[in-house]
Formats: sequence, structure tokens, C-alpha cells
Amino acid sequence: MKWFTILAVALAVGLATAVSPIASSAPDGLTRVAADKGFAARESQPRTPLIGYGALLGGFAGTLIVFAAGYGIARVVRHERTA
Amino acid sequence: MHIPDGFLAPEVAAVCAVPAIGAVGYGLRRASRDLDERRVPLLGVTAAFVFAVQMLNFPVAGGTSGHFLGAGLAAILLGPWMACLVMSVVLVTQSFVFADGGITALGANIFNMGVIGALLVGGLMLLAQRVLPNKRGAFLAVAGVGAWLAVVAGALACSFELAISGTVPLGTVLPAMLGVHVLIGVGEAVITVAAVSAVLSTRPDVVKVMA
Repeated sequence: MKWFTILAVALAVGLATAVSPIASSAPDGLTRVAADKGFAARESQPRTPLIGYGALLGGFAGTLIVFAAGYGIARVVRHERTA
Repeated sequence: MHIPDGFLAPEVAAVCAVPAIGAVGYGLRRASRDLDERRVPLLGVTAAFVFAVQMLNFPVAGGTSGHFLGAGLAAILLGPWMACLVMSVVLVTQSFVFADGGITALGANIFNMGVIGALLVGGLMLLAQRVLPNKRGAFLAVAGVGAWLAVVAGALACSFELAISGTVPLGTVLPAMLGVHVLIGVGEAVITVAAVSAVLSTRPDVVKVMA
């Protein structure tokens, strides 16, 4: 499981950093429908992200944050059971 | 399909948060009860993979893109309830850190992109396991069809939420949302089948619904 974890997280980090710059920048399904059907302006003042997806750091940090959160939650709830 | 702040009426956002909180809460309980030590890292791995692949928007039609959602894949690896938990980790991070998806719409986004797909695909896979045991091709076919259905069902729910909120009439939003998401669903199916197939070839014991 250790090697599976390392390889899978490395793959995820690779996709989020090396491949994401060539991802389509066109609006996604809902964003496009909102623009076409005239309700895009209903969006509240957009918030400033702590980290932007565009930054090279964004994909790297985000992937590690969710890995740590998922792993951490699993570890904590399991520990509660055995404690 | 991340709904931003401002698209949903407060009442609609609140009602959507109920099944989202319930499913995540039950996911925590299942993780504490059923998760064996060896599979603890798998929650982190699945969250990381779903987050990363969600960044990879692919073009669909006429200047529109779509991206992987991942709830179906998570359900196949972890079972439906822990999949809800993993999807909420991804969506909460996207909303709070990346300002992707509204904070007030978080319940709706977890419901549309997490709970619906996780329960739908999780349920279909359990059914497939009973009807077609030990048939890899059939298992992958059901995973693909389930992944497609999850995206279309999420778009359907999203359309109803927007219409009930008074943001846009149902007759306007529903055909537009379904029209684009039947295409995005094909991408979801391809990625889900490829990922499940890769896991089955390397670590079949990781696939929860097979175990």
C-alpha cells in the first residue's frame, strides 16, 4: 500500500502541475450556461482565492492539502475507534 | 459545475446542505467503523487524485469545457459513504482555498457533485456485483455508464436548484445543462473506466466494491 500511495500521489501532483497548464481554459458547463442564459451576473462579488489554480504552486499545494486532509481525517476517526 | 455564491436562494442552499451534511457525517461514521488500517491512506490518495484530475478541463463543444467530478471513482474505491467524505474534502478545499464554488453553495455542490454520484455509482456497482460476479468487462462497463449517469444527474439537480431559486426558468436551464453535461459525462466515463482499470491491473484489492 505504501508504494501504491506514493505512486498515486506522485501521479496526482504531476497531473495538477505539469498537465493542468494545457487544460482547456474555456468556461465549464455551468459557467457557459450562466453566460448564455443571462444569469452569470447573479454571482456575488467573486472572492479572492488564497491560492490561484493558475499559479504553478496552486495544483501542487491543492493536491497535497487534500491528500493530507483525507489521510488525516481517516487517521483520526480510526484512532478514535481503537482508543 | 461548481455553483458560485449568489446563484441559489438561501432556502434552497439550506435544504441542499441537509443531505450533504448527513452523507458526510455518515461517511465519517463508516470510516471510523469499517476502515482497516491498510486502507487509511486511500482516503488521501483518492482525494488527491480527484482534486488533480478536476483541474484538467477538456473541451467539449463550441467554446465550452468540462472536467472530471470523480464521485463515481471514489465510490468504487471506497464505497459510497466514504466517497461522500472524500468529495467534501475536495469541494471544501476548492471553495475555501481556491474560491472555486461558493461557500453558501457548498452544501449544494457537495450534494450535486459528490453525494448523488457516489450513491448512484456505489449502488449500481453493488448491484452489478451480484448480477455479474467476477466479470471484469461488465464491471468496467457498469462503472462507465454509472459515471456518465452521475454527471447527468448532478446537472439535473443543479438545474432544479437554480430554477427553484428563481435564478433562471427550468425550461431554459434544464435543456442547456443537460445538453452540455451529456457530453461532459462521456469524459467522466472514460476517465473513470481508465482509472478503475489501472487500479484493477495493479492493486485489485484496493477496489472496495470488489472486496
